[in-house]
Amino acid sequence: MSHSRLFARLLLQQSGVRHCYTGSRKNLYINKNTKVICQGFTGKQGTFHSQQALDYGSHLVGGVSPGKGGKTHLGLPVFNSVKEAKEGTGAEATVIYVPPPFAAAAIIEAIDAEIPLVVCITEGIPQQDMVKVKHKLLRQSATRLVGPNCPGVINPGECKIGIMPGHIHKKGRIGIVSRSGTLTYEAVHQTTQVGLGQSLCVGIGGDPFNGTNFIDCLEVFLEDPKTEGIILIGEIGGNAEENAAEYLKQHNTGDNAKPVVSFIAGLTAPPGRRMGHAGAIIAGGKGGAKEKIAALQSAGVVVSMSPAQLGSTMFKVMRSMRGV
Amino acid sequence: MAASMASQAAVRGLRTTATKRVLLDKLQCSWLTPRRWLNLQEYQSKKLMQDSGVAVQRFYVADTASEAQEAAKRLNAKEIVLKAQILAGGRGKGVFDSGLKGGVHLTKDPAVVGELAKRMLGFNLITKQTPKDGVKVKTVMVAEALDISRETYFAILMDRACNGPVMVGSPQGGMDIEEVAASTPELIFKEVIDIYKGVQDDQALRMAANLGFKGPLQRQAADQIKRLYDLFLKVDATQVEVNPLGETPEGQVVCFDAKINFDDNAEFRQKDVFAMDDMTESDATEMEAAKWDLKYIGMDGNIACFVNGAGLAMATCDIIDLHGGKPANFLDLGGGVKERQVYEAFKLLTADPKVKANCQQKWFASLSLSQLHHMNQAHQ
Repeated sequence: MSHSRLFARLLLQQSGVRHCYTGSRKNLYINKNTKVICQGFTGKQGTFHSQQALDYGSHLVGGVSPGKGGKTHLGLPVFNSVKEAKEGTGAEATVIYVPPPFAAAAIIEAIDAEIPLVVCITEGIPQQDMVKVKHKLLRQSATRLVGPNCPGVINPGECKIGIMPGHIHKKGRIGIVSRSGTLTYEAVHQTTQVGLGQSLCVGIGGDPFNGTNFIDCLEVFLEDPKTEGIILIGEIGGNAEENAAEYLKQHNTGDNAKPVVSFIAGLTAPPGRRMGHAGAIIAGGKGGAKEKIAALQSAGVVVSMSPAQLGSTMFKVMRSMRGV
Repeated sequence: MAASMASQAAVRGLRTTATKRVLLDKLQCSWLTPRRWLNLQEYQSKKLMQDSGVAVQRFYVADTASEAQEAAKRLNAKEIVLKAQILAGGRGKGVFDSGLKGGVHLTKDPAVVGELAKRMLGFNLITKQTPKDGVKVKTVMVAEALDISRETYFAILMDRACNGPVMVGSPQGGMDIEEVAASTPELIFKEVIDIYKGVQDDQALRMAANLGFKGPLQRQAADQIKRLYDLFLKVDATQVEVNPLGETPEGQVVCFDAKINFDDNAEFRQKDVFAMDDMTESDATEMEAAKWDLKYIGMDGNIACFVNGAGLAMATCDIIDLHGGKPANFLDLGGGVKERQVYEAFKLLTADPKVKANCQQKWFASLSLSQLHHMNQAHQ
């Protein structure tokens, strides 16, 4: 095999092919007008979190629960399908609280209905199912998926889609993207405490096959005038952080570069099992925390060794860069 | 209501930036991704393969010496290979506490199979990968021994970078494949599979050719490749690795060994496969934790961690280490945890004799006050 073919393969692996799907990145930026529906509306999780969303002030307009169409739940209309819900409410986003055996089908239903933003909270969807979802997702550009197995997306003070605790957020200037759920809340809490606040927070979740990665969010943050700094929270496994570092090297340099602070969880994790050797060969990199930290640092990211210093680090960096 | 980040861990000494790697042989997990690490015996994996029409050496399984001898006779093979069935590796070089050396034996005589089996079954096999007292052998595999004239490597896995299934193969099988990848990457071949279309004929034939199978063997290998892919999908595997995928002097393509990793998320629809899980070689605490659906990994420090959220749990271990402490465990309660689980988790942690202090990190988005109360009660 010639070197150029090998290089082409490596390139494919590292930076990812630009699909028409990347055109849907802008759908991530929800706001106070975004009309949201809930799939799995009348279930236990759906009900609890929908009430929380209403309490927060999110513009929830209805929900989907097959077989319960026509009923009312939490004072809002219930529909039998996503298509009907979209027709009845003009929904622009949907949040999915459907159990694992049916969640992938729920995502596909939303893609077929061309809902601009789908946030899937469900943890435990079989990988094979998500591979099929992703196959469809990458070949269209109307719908953006976040998750599954994620806490959701929040524009503080305007719209909360997901299970994150709203009260720790504060409208502000930091864009946060994270693979973790509860660890994200640390970054949020800290940036609120130092007075910086958040512009948009996206939990991309921990599943290997998901709808949105770091780069998708970084592009949105870099293009958003309200986002002045970025916090990126990663963890061991896969190549997402390395790919993000590469993206930042290409798009976040020079005078207009925005400060990026990061924490990578799992530096002290015991080594994982060799999942056979194919995984290591195919991935190239070992997915270890040290490698990720090094890659990010080489892209100008300030990596905090402690998760307790994300807010303070960002504060310091911003003060030195542009005056807070 | 939200817990502050302040750790209750004792902060002592200097910050260490050295990475502390805790090597635990038994910790054979892919960090975080699986909740239970489904372990199948060799004979169970081979049965799954057989059921999918994959060519494996003919074999029987035996629990007694006489069964083993009968099986050897029934095989009617030129040569028999007798293999102790334990999950740990290194069987070939292991030693039984009966005195018998080696967990894998070749013989042409069924009577010898019976004699050897008598010194295996019910005894402990000690290998480099078992605890020092070894593991009790309850089952042996009696298989037809086949000569291998050529060894290749073949695997199918779900790959993030390619957004789906990928086949990886090399004509250099049987040896350290990572060494091959490093020194002669041109001998590693890859085919991306479309999840809706499956393995196409031309893909299977091309991979077979790349693996070095020629003439009628190419078609045979291509057929085996397709069957392995069918198995991969059928059992919701995240990886099927065959090393070696061998060629016999008689012109057969045979899977001599296989390692299958399963998607835990698919347990609800793979009940038969997961029912085969043999947890008797697992750590007792981790078994108990798995019973309550807790994501727990034992480590060797003295500060117990009680956290909701995998990322936060890892970060908790990290920050303890940063301040010079040592975590006793990783524990992720998860977001949907129930009261009983919280109670059991606390019991588990406080029962650990190594534990001197507790470190709790919680975000109460999903954990209710009653669960907290329960937790505090257990602590008393």
